[in-house]
Amino acid sequence: MKKNKVLIQDLITYGVVFLMWGLVLLMEATGSMTSLLRGLLVPLCIYAILAVSLNLTVGILGELSLGHAGFMCVGAFAGAFFTQCMENAIPSVGLRFFLALILGAVVAGIFGILIGIPVLRLKGDYLAIVTLAFGEIIKNLINVMYVGRDSSGFHFSIKDTTSLGLDETGVVIIKGAQGITGTPRAATFTIGMLLLLLTLFIVLNLMHSRTGRAIMAIRDNRIAAESIGIHVTKYKLMAFSISAALAGVAGVMYAHSLSTLAATSNNFGYNKSITILVFVVLGGLGNIRGSIIAAVVLTALPELLRGLNDYRMLIYAIVLIAMMLFNSSPKAIELRGVVMEKLRHKKSAAKEAA
Amino acid sequence: MAMLEVKNLGISFGGLKAVDNFNVTIEKGQLYGLIGPNGAGKTTVFNLLTGVYKPDNGSILLDGANITGKKTIEINQDGIARTFQNIRLFKELSVLDNVKAGLHNHHPYSTLEGIFRLPRYFKVEKEMNEKAMELLKVFDLDKESDYKASNLPYGKQRKLEIARALATDPKLLLLDEPAAGMNPNETAELMETIRFVRDNFDMTILLIEHDMKLVSGICEKLTVLNFGQVLTQGDTSEVLNDKRVITAYLGE
Repeated sequence: MKKNKVLIQDLITYGVVFLMWGLVLLMEATGSMTSLLRGLLVPLCIYAILAVSLNLTVGILGELSLGHAGFMCVGAFAGAFFTQCMENAIPSVGLRFFLALILGAVVAGIFGILIGIPVLRLKGDYLAIVTLAFGEIIKNLINVMYVGRDSSGFHFSIKDTTSLGLDETGVVIIKGAQGITGTPRAATFTIGMLLLLLTLFIVLNLMHSRTGRAIMAIRDNRIAAESIGIHVTKYKLMAFSISAALAGVAGVMYAHSLSTLAATSNNFGYNKSITILVFVVLGGLGNIRGSIIAAVVLTALPELLRGLNDYRMLIYAIVLIAMMLFNSSPKAIELRGVVMEKLRHKKSAAKEAA
Repeated sequence: MAMLEVKNLGISFGGLKAVDNFNVTIEKGQLYGLIGPNGAGKTTVFNLLTGVYKPDNGSILLDGANITGKKTIEINQDGIARTFQNIRLFKELSVLDNVKAGLHNHHPYSTLEGIFRLPRYFKVEKEMNEKAMELLKVFDLDKESDYKASNLPYGKQRKLEIARALATDPKLLLLDEPAAGMNPNETAELMETIRFVRDNFDMTILLIEHDMKLVSGICEKLTVLNFGQVLTQGDTSEVLNDKRVITAYLGE
């Protein structure tokens, strides 16, 4: 009985994504897609993936991380760097993008493990602050990094392009604060949707497996989890690094949706981390479907309200508060219960009538 | 050979000797009680036995194997499971999942098998469900298997904690005040359950308890702790009639 409940909930979550996809296809077909909206499609996928992956750390593992944009940054630069380097070796843009996605995930995942080892020893607020710092460190390190390549191989510097000492065949790939330019914009809405579905598949199946149970057991009571023989450090690190790897995938998508990728605070600063956290908290901790919906609504809303100019941030704030109330206030939860009950009654009444 | 043999166990916190020169021998299948006034160091003994604290001196032998100084998870794998004085369930997980978490190490499959739902996932999960439901039935919790653990009434939460501990397939079960907060009916029922567990699971049980009715009702042997030291130990009826024990509890 319980198994079916889980399955139905998961199917609804996948259904929400397919519904969104269908809606976009429908709008394309009927020609009601504006260019503003079209520009939003890839970011929507990216933010949904980020929100779902952060929910794995914050909702499922129960550790507040404020450095998620850092992992996205690592993935973005690893992916874009790979795409640039392999331009001659792999002429197919699609294949290069595909390999870049895998590489971005792996590199971000490794960073997740490296950062997770010291950070996951901390708890609560301390962990939040240290992850925040790591996110900023990653961004700032990439900001001063110069990497070039010539006939003799790769050159690395943290000063400027001339100190790379490239010969005449040399190309500068990462130009410090200017970042990486000329990455092919291979990220499409279709790929974004497929990646979002893949992310969902990984996170939902993980949640409802032995590993997920161990992770949630640690979240609920670490001491009890240890007492029944669950390896706390191992599963914490696993959840943290999977979450980082998925953020890396979103980062590679991001890198391939911009012509210029720079590690500015606007792109990968702590503001970005907080924005993602807002999606997760508003969607509900541990509620994967909520994360997707919150990410989509809160990403699309400010852009769609652009016409209202001065009022758009006001409306954004009101929607934030309304969502928070709807999700968390006891009265609203009660009201939702009543409505659900009524619907159920209607359904069973209709069944009886038929 | 004794199931548990503790020799000269001791630990200090700062200058305070919380447990000092603690000795106990528990035979296989025994129902053993650890009693003493508040602050006597009973829970500290449990924490030493389960590796939450590392002892300063002394040794712990479980079924002949030295487990002194091992980590909590290793000690659990070696065969000691416990419950807690203040209930520590996985509150957001279902009743069934709480027990399945206890089965974690005995029914393994890899994370990848879990994510990609390979055949082993279904096979092992099915085994786990059957085993967990079997355990829940023993504690009369099978009808509540879907409930969130935090939604269970108090007495059932205590039972679920025991079920979860048993799921790890221990040789020795430590119960920390299992009857705390229970009414007389619930306590009587709990005594039955503890006896049932001992007989049907072939279990050795060490329990801390303040409820003297429970202690005199089911414990075969007792050790009394006072100020971190063993005051006396022996057969239950003898120990409970010992003048020193009565003094320790009630004063002169």
